[in-house]
Amino acid sequence: MTNTPVLLSLHNITKRFGALTANDGISLDLHRGEILALLGENGAGKTTLMNILFGHYVQDEGDVRVLGDGGLTTLPPGSPGAALKAGIGMVHQHFTLAENLSGLANIRLGTEPLLSFGREGAARAKVQKIIAESGLDVDLDRRVADLTVGEKQRIEILKALYRDAKVLILDEPTAVLTPQEADGLFVVLRRLAANGLGVIFISHKLGEVLAVSHRILVLRGGKKAGELVTANADRRAIADLMVGKAVATVVRTPASPGEVLFALENVSLHGASGRSLSGVSLALRAGEVVGLAGVSGNGQSGIAALISGLAVPTSGTMRLYGETVSRADPRALVANGVARMPEDRQHDGVVGTMSVADNIAIEEVRSAAFSKMGFLDRKAMRERATAAIAGYDVRCQGPEAEARLLSGGNVQKLILARVLERGPRVILANQPTRGLDVGAQAEVHRRILAARDRGAAVLVISEDLDELFALADRFVVVHAGELHDAGPSEGLDRGTIGLMMAGQSHLRTEMAS
Amino acid sequence: MDVLFDILGSANFWAAAIRIATPLIFGVLGALICERAGVLNLGIEGIFVAGAMAGWLAVYLGAGLWGGVLIAALAGALFGLLHAFLTVILGLSQHVSGIGITLLATSVSYFTYRTALPDVSSPPRIAAFQPVSIPGLSDLPFFGPALFQQTPLTFLALVFVLLVALVLYRTPLGLAIRAVGDNPASVEAQGLSVVGLRVGAVVAGSALMALGGAFLTMSAFDAFFFGMVNGRGWICIALVVFASWQPGKALLGALLFGAFDAFQIRLQAQIGQVVPGQVFLMMPYLLSIVALIVVARRADYPRALLQPWTKGQRH
Repeated sequence: MTNTPVLLSLHNITKRFGALTANDGISLDLHRGEILALLGENGAGKTTLMNILFGHYVQDEGDVRVLGDGGLTTLPPGSPGAALKAGIGMVHQHFTLAENLSGLANIRLGTEPLLSFGREGAARAKVQKIIAESGLDVDLDRRVADLTVGEKQRIEILKALYRDAKVLILDEPTAVLTPQEADGLFVVLRRLAANGLGVIFISHKLGEVLAVSHRILVLRGGKKAGELVTANADRRAIADLMVGKAVATVVRTPASPGEVLFALENVSLHGASGRSLSGVSLALRAGEVVGLAGVSGNGQSGIAALISGLAVPTSGTMRLYGETVSRADPRALVANGVARMPEDRQHDGVVGTMSVADNIAIEEVRSAAFSKMGFLDRKAMRERATAAIAGYDVRCQGPEAEARLLSGGNVQKLILARVLERGPRVILANQPTRGLDVGAQAEVHRRILAARDRGAAVLVISEDLDELFALADRFVVVHAGELHDAGPSEGLDRGTIGLMMAGQSHLRTEMAS
Repeated sequence: MDVLFDILGSANFWAAAIRIATPLIFGVLGALICERAGVLNLGIEGIFVAGAMAGWLAVYLGAGLWGGVLIAALAGALFGLLHAFLTVILGLSQHVSGIGITLLATSVSYFTYRTALPDVSSPPRIAAFQPVSIPGLSDLPFFGPALFQQTPLTFLALVFVLLVALVLYRTPLGLAIRAVGDNPASVEAQGLSVVGLRVGAVVAGSALMALGGAFLTMSAFDAFFFGMVNGRGWICIALVVFASWQPGKALLGALLFGAFDAFQIRLQAQIGQVVPGQVFLMMPYLLSIVALIVVARRADYPRALLQPWTKGQRH
């Protein structure tokens, strides 16, 4: 691959945000027809580097050179327009689509003189030709708001190809895709590379990087930690390169379940689809992790709402420590030792515009720990936050930093600190490591298992079966609002769980007989 | 019932409805352009006053009628530029800036009027626009007097409905304006200027609003009075929501309001002895609230409305 011409060359890029050096003297070359993976944990500087390349940020040092008519030429910094013109296309992690417009309109946007008529036909023909060549099949006339996430991503890629991109940058493209959609994307990317496109693929997922790339560049702490050819790469070695130390594997010791702390008895819940439950029974015991598997939207959010105190059963009984809970009262549940890690942690887990200290104290502002005679005890809040930042390795500017400025992994650590420091007896962990990198993932898992060993009853809801197998002592599977007991995790395999997730729970009993 | 049919059956009633709707058409189109680009312009009420005053004063001081219209549009564009500077470039609160513009434009207009004409007691008059006849159409029975005997500014308003719809839905510029009001990042990522589009939309929209004001002093009446705008700008803000940000429905909304207003005037004349006049004055506003409740609950707001855009910031 390295014998094809260089399309793009980054030279010695350095970018500082205040005291933080996000990129420290990074250089890379991208060749024609090559898929280069940019691998690193959250906060390693991958996205910053690509934002410099595309002109969203201005670098403090270094330059970007792109192959033009007269060889490699330096791009003016800070100009997305110039980057586009030079043939750089970028698919952002958060899509940059106008949802009220059709896919075709989004693709055409900015490519035609502002006051002109009748260019839609030519545009459509060109896009359809690209679709035929690349396999990026999508309905061009639907409003983007009505497209699936995978289809929106295709529109984003088409946007770049429509402008004759030579280099395509994809920032964490699989974070939002189902495994099937991701496989489809890889097929498209290989095809595009074979046609001569240079692709930069940003990711923190080792598996997919090994599957799709030709070459891997590992970033750590804003610096280049290593560069290797994928064909000769060793999984373990790359993981260590990413994290900078050997990744500790979390080992789950056998559980010793105690009494039932939380129970649903024949509970039904009427609500929006995806939230409804019918005749569900569930028991969470002290010292045990129950893993809840299921295709998203089959009732997980209903169970989460019940344990969080956001809903009460329409019929049936919900018990906490044996006593019936009949009123939706989140504050009472929290005061009684229920800890909640919400699914959408940025949205439901923290108040973005409030400080880390405020967010740490937010569930307990009325307790004596954080208030004095009805007034907030800011000193106590700050102290607890400082301790949490140190103890849980929350990376931020300090207790007064706004929560919205934290990365996803650090928000989750903040929430862990908030709920676990209270010594909760019942823990709901809803998608606890979605979007987190390897290091943060291991940390969250270790904390959850430690809480179990301390005697807490834990329910983990996750779409990641590997995660459930790492954490759960016992499995339950939700399908179409019904809950099926799959038994102890020892003796279960992914195939069985998969079938139950698809609603074929009877197969298990048949296979057993 | 007879009263109702008497009113609806008169060509005079329909002509009045269209006349009353004209300033609203200008205003609602202007507000629509601003909001499609993501900027709420509550300066509209003041910009109406500025347009009404500037156009009238220009003609009073010797400009031609169309020269006056141009001056009014320029006055509106100027206040639009100020609003755009505060909200788009500085990213300040659109509500606060808009209300500030309304207060400023209103008082600057009154001040200019008083300074230019310190000695008059009754408002001086100008030779305003007169209804024009369209050969053929104006002579039709009923429809002629109902629809085709209006002043030039009314026809101009209708032309603008078509023009705005054409630009919005048939040109790349319209595409960009609709995109920037939904997700500015989409425009930025395609190499267009978010600031340029928004400033342009606010300035153009404000110029249209001012034409609504100019219609009052140069067409509906022939003089400038304090308080003559009387909430028409605010009605336009509601009508935009009613219209779901679409020019065609905006025209419909303005006509509907005009019809209610024309209706209440006539009803008042017929049964005014029985019911106090204020009840009739309330009617169009009550009905517009009801219409909003019915229509606007499903309203599809431009997603980026009210959100300032800062380049390079994390969103």
